[in-house]
Amino acid sequence: MSLTHDDVIYVARLARLKFDSRELDRYVEQLSGILDHIDKISELDLSEIEPTSHVLKLSNVFRDDEVRPCLSQDEVLANAPEVEEGAFKVPPILEAEEPEA
Amino acid sequence: MAAGTAYEPVIGLEIHVELSTKSKMFCGCEARFGGIPNTRTCPVCSAQPGALPVINREAIRHIARIALALDCRIAPGSIFHRKNYFYPDLPKGYQISQYDMPFAVEGHLDVTMDGEQHRVGIERVHQEEDTGKNIHAGESGRIAGAIYSLIDFNRCGIPLVEIVTKPDIHSPQVARSFLNKLKNTLQYLDVSDCNMEEGSLRCDANVSVRPAGSDLLGVKTELKNMNSFKHLEKGLAKEIERQIGLLEAGRPVVQQTVHYEVASGEVHPMRSKEYAHDYRYFPEPDLSPLEISQDFVDDVRTGMPELPSVRAARYVTELNLPEYDAEVLTSNRDTSDFFDETLNYFDDQKMLSNWVMGDLGAYLNASGKKLSIETVSPGQADQLCWLSPAGFGEFLAMIKDGEIAAASGKAVLPEMCETGKTAREIVEEKGLAQISDTARIEALIDRVIEANPEQREQYKSGKKQVLGYFVGQVMKESGGRANPRTVNEILREKL
Amino acid sequence: MSLIKLTAIEALELMKRGEISADELTRAYLEQMDRREGDLHAYLEISRERALDDAARPGADGGPPLAGLPTGIKDVFCTRGIVTTCASKMLEHYDPVYTATCVQQLIDAGIVILGKTNMDEFAMGSSTENSAFGPTRNPWDLQRVPGGSSGGSAAAVAGGEAIWALGSDTGGSIRQPAALCGVVGFKPTYGSVSRYGMIAFASSFDQAGPITRTVNDAALMMQYLTGKDPLDSTSVEHPHGFSIPVDQDLAGAKIGVITKLVREGTDPDVESAFETAVEAMSAAGAQIGEATLQHLDYALPAYYILAPAEASSNLARFDGVRYGFRAAGAEGITQMYEETRSQGFGDEVKRRIMLGTFALSSGYYEAYYGQAQKVRSLIFQDFERAFAEFDFLISPTTPTPAFELGEKADDPLSMYLSDICTIPVSLAGVPAISIPCGVTLQGLPVGLQIIGPAFSGKRVLQAARSAEIAIGFDKVSPLIEEDV
Repeated sequence: MSLTHDDVIYVARLARLKFDSRELDRYVEQLSGILDHIDKISELDLSEIEPTSHVLKLSNVFRDDEVRPCLSQDEVLANAPEVEEGAFKVPPILEAEEPEA
Repeated sequence: MAAGTAYEPVIGLEIHVELSTKSKMFCGCEARFGGIPNTRTCPVCSAQPGALPVINREAIRHIARIALALDCRIAPGSIFHRKNYFYPDLPKGYQISQYDMPFAVEGHLDVTMDGEQHRVGIERVHQEEDTGKNIHAGESGRIAGAIYSLIDFNRCGIPLVEIVTKPDIHSPQVARSFLNKLKNTLQYLDVSDCNMEEGSLRCDANVSVRPAGSDLLGVKTELKNMNSFKHLEKGLAKEIERQIGLLEAGRPVVQQTVHYEVASGEVHPMRSKEYAHDYRYFPEPDLSPLEISQDFVDDVRTGMPELPSVRAARYVTELNLPEYDAEVLTSNRDTSDFFDETLNYFDDQKMLSNWVMGDLGAYLNASGKKLSIETVSPGQADQLCWLSPAGFGEFLAMIKDGEIAAASGKAVLPEMCETGKTAREIVEEKGLAQISDTARIEALIDRVIEANPEQREQYKSGKKQVLGYFVGQVMKESGGRANPRTVNEILREKL
Repeated sequence: MSLIKLTAIEALELMKRGEISADELTRAYLEQMDRREGDLHAYLEISRERALDDAARPGADGGPPLAGLPTGIKDVFCTRGIVTTCASKMLEHYDPVYTATCVQQLIDAGIVILGKTNMDEFAMGSSTENSAFGPTRNPWDLQRVPGGSSGGSAAAVAGGEAIWALGSDTGGSIRQPAALCGVVGFKPTYGSVSRYGMIAFASSFDQAGPITRTVNDAALMMQYLTGKDPLDSTSVEHPHGFSIPVDQDLAGAKIGVITKLVREGTDPDVESAFETAVEAMSAAGAQIGEATLQHLDYALPAYYILAPAEASSNLARFDGVRYGFRAAGAEGITQMYEETRSQGFGDEVKRRIMLGTFALSSGYYEAYYGQAQKVRSLIFQDFERAFAEFDFLISPTTPTPAFELGEKADDPLSMYLSDICTIPVSLAGVPAISIPCGVTLQGLPVGLQIIGPAFSGKRVLQAARSAEIAIGFDKVSPLIEEDV
């Protein structure tokens, strides 16, 4: 299928990516080209086929409820771009960005 | 819609419960609330590159208990999905949750209100993980106006069970009552401490209104941020009022999130989003499916603690307690466990029940403390009451045996709760021991009779009810410490 | 004796006999790196001091089973104490707080880590040109790519910069570069090697595996890589384990040629090298037949939905909050995410994130992701049916030999097609090995892919060893020839 500019903008927004207009043109073209190839799978009637999420047929892989040592605060913060008061610091979260989780 | 139309609210609840497992849902970090930020994380729950989740077996047992207690059907096969969205408290960029194959479906929980039973259907019960915590730094501490945010991942990955009800609730009161019953049930199950203030029990509501008698559903809003039972009831009432107001003004209800403001008690619709949420759920490739066998279910069922309704029935049939007592005693697991444990030390169950519901209940309400059957340590004393089942049993036995007057007992019990002293120690310190010594009582009685010649004549002339007056006077003279039975006997003789 | 031409097993034997030391061996590799890294750029980080310390460790000679073997580790594996970048600007200075399980197993067995090898960013690519830190070149022809994404590992082994190396394979990322560099690359059955600490690209495909000079070396490394890891729920104890193959012929082995992968778009030189190898195997006693995998045409499309979809989710954690790159100056969190991810990721990574996000998005899930999962079921069944008839399936590993740098850089689809022979195997999760089977007229190596049923790795390695003997490939890269 061919993607429109709006499609690509919508997907980019979901993926937290952003493109200038030249990049956008390129992504519209490239992604549409790849999707044309991918669309081949739509010719198969797979209504009777079960999907595969895992090639290994495992189930109930559990761990025991045991507490293990944690990283120290210093260790977990060591790679952080910005830190304050033992916490990861980020730019403000604007109200409209709150998830509906 | 014309003014004067009667409206019926339609409410469904979404409840999140943090499980009280030792470790987190998918890693070995301790699952505990609060503490120094970012001290309970590991590569998994801080989402370091390459880290992988592994399911905590005990969390699955916990959710199975919840599903059974809510009479749900546990799915023989269920799987975890990834729910994808970006938010700083969600380190992986997705939450491991369940989607179209949840752990359990189709249950119910009954609540009784004003003598009427309401059956609230349970749509689904599923397993997921908690997020970290954002602290919004700025003047208000709220999101709006914050200049930056700080993230703490201690809470991130604590097991969370989501319980979704059917839209079967039609008043804020029933909603509150349902949540109360659910909390009580979860506490009996020992799966969560259900502390709404600390967020281990959270409740959102889907709310709509419709003309009474209609069976169509109105446009619903999602009401959030009610952090106590009181606020749940209040927030629902406000939102229902707001929706009815809109309809009566001829304006539509918009499907959106509505934020309850704890401080003001008002509800605020949130700005609607530029884009609809698109969580791109797909099966979590890092985790294998759950296959829940009948053996597993049976095993969990066998290990289930006694649920409140079962315990209440036992109180009625085995302990001969009135239904009212049974209901009150079992409405809180700590109290009910304490009652059961005290029965080992004191066998008059009705007297015990009266004291638990009466003076002890009053103390707990006033102090905000809880009972525990475990030995209380000094560190817990601001939350737990010092009273032990053995101590309480001894105290009641002293009253029953006439060592303390019931009236004195009312002063002794709060002190036991506050200080951890035994009844005997307090009675001794305060000189509250009951006077059963006949000679001392006779002396008191002689003084009272002498001081009231008129009433004595009345008694002699056949007005036997005057006896009560004399008893009262003698008790007063003794400071409430005279044994009432002895007083009665001697008075009759002397008069 | 040239130390940089030794196989791992030969080196162990010489160290055991006291003829060489771990220190000498390690220094020989470090010297070759000094000579050749300028051309090859096989490494992103060289841990020289640590390597010499490890080589000098007491008991390094003849102590632990793999003691003293100078090893390249693909930069997709977290290594505590050595910066791990996944060849991305996003992780340019990332210092992992832990070490990947499979790397730790090799460390415990005594290897010497020479450094972290170059790769396509986040293992997405088939040429190693997608590295944020510059491409790796093929030791057989410096104008050509080494393949990818484990191109640094393959080039290091082929160019004498590591005695062997650890790679990772999602759609062919071990086998394809091994083929293009004339070395051996083995992708184990999904689940054989722990993925804990291997930075995820597509979780239901990713597997670590060895890139070596001989089949026996691959078998040796597998003995220490495999095992169930309590930290990876998808890992299992390999039911048959691994052992060093014996030298024997192929008598009785039923081998199916996946003809469809030979005829369509295959370079004639590759085809003739492959045919020669098949004849050699036949002469060594193998019964050769034709195998049909009915849904082969749908493998590539399905893979390019499933793998990017998983990747779009796996790469969401690179958000500038806890580690790695963060774009400066953002006023709100969303702007920070968008700037960080747009600047931090390279083109191919962004392309796949876009593709995967689209395939999972509302309204398209069923038509793309759901449908592709079903295609995966069909491919899985195709392989099961084929293995009912044959012990092993074979094909060329790649349709063409190493291509020139930049040749496919602007055409993502033609780049994707270079994995056409390896991707079906990845969808089925079964084990496969690429061994060198000849050279083209231009002197570029050609790879033969041998595929077995799930958990038949030990048998695949045995068959590969027999094929190796039958084919008799003994060339090394011109670059090594020059240096020894």
